[in-house]
Amino acid sequence: MSKIDIGRRILSENEKYALDNGRLLSEGGKLCLNMISSPGSGKTTILVRTITELKEKIGIGVIEGDIQTDIDAERIRATEAPVVQINTEGGCHLNAAQVAGALKGLPMDKLDLIMIENVGNLVCPSAFELGENGKVVVLSVAEGDDKPAKYPAIFAKSKVLLINKIDLLTKGAAEDFDIERVKTDARRLNKEIRIFQISAKTGEGMSGWYDWLTEFVRNRQSQRA
Amino acid sequence: MHETMVAQNLLAAISREAAKHNAKPVAARISCGTLYAVNDELLRFAFEAIARDTPCEGVRLEIEHKRVQGRCRSCNETFDVELSDPRCRACAAEDFELLPDPPLVLEQIELRTE
Repeated sequence: MSKIDIGRRILSENEKYALDNGRLLSEGGKLCLNMISSPGSGKTTILVRTITELKEKIGIGVIEGDIQTDIDAERIRATEAPVVQINTEGGCHLNAAQVAGALKGLPMDKLDLIMIENVGNLVCPSAFELGENGKVVVLSVAEGDDKPAKYPAIFAKSKVLLINKIDLLTKGAAEDFDIERVKTDARRLNKEIRIFQISAKTGEGMSGWYDWLTEFVRNRQSQRA
Repeated sequence: MHETMVAQNLLAAISREAAKHNAKPVAARISCGTLYAVNDELLRFAFEAIARDTPCEGVRLEIEHKRVQGRCRSCNETFDVELSDPRCRACAAEDFELLPDPPLVLEQIELRTE
């Protein structure tokens, strides 16, 4: 028997694609956010509302990741924003090679911002860099206020936390949802995380998120000017 | 279960290294950061499944978890972050910078030399 020291990064292929994606985006002056959450937290509804209401200010393109179907892409298409659907055929997260392919299908010269909606899953997507400038984690109040404590990785790695479906806070099971607990737990791991309480259905609280997003894009553009 | 993709990449890395030495791999030691949330049992299960009928069949995996580190903004100490109670190990301050998670690394392989 012989032992050989290797010291090789196991996900180097994904990392290489992620670097290439990041380079392609930054050379074109584009920003990219990777949205991660459990299934059903409202990622697509947030995107649809955001695209519709910021249409005049920011050119947004979308990469949709789902195990199967193009239901989400159809919803995005209805806003007239360009969208590419990736079906992972069972895969529980997107990888950077899939995103590299999808970026080729977007009309980049018309876009300021690419939003990637990852496969609904609070664990796996957080382990794979896609070449994004930041992660946005979405948590809906129906999921319970213990999620930052139970799934710390994604809250530790995200730039923004959107607490969605706040219109349900006065209803049924979500009445017990303690927003302060979520904010405290998320901030214990991540001092810089920006938190917005929103309802993508009613529009409540969305303006704070829009201001952040607009600023995020404007900062990038002024850096390049 | 992102362990599947980790297993695929690991299998490729071990196979490549073993081929260089023209020898059968029997064991591999890997390390990974806490935030990758790699579950040992799932990784072994996925690896076994895809290694069947390949030169990596039967390779024993040793998995070392490396805690993500933090740097305290009060006393400047660098420490292992306990995710369920994130605070400085030295002074108990809660204000710290979370350092990048240690990457997934194939540290060592063991080859059968005839």
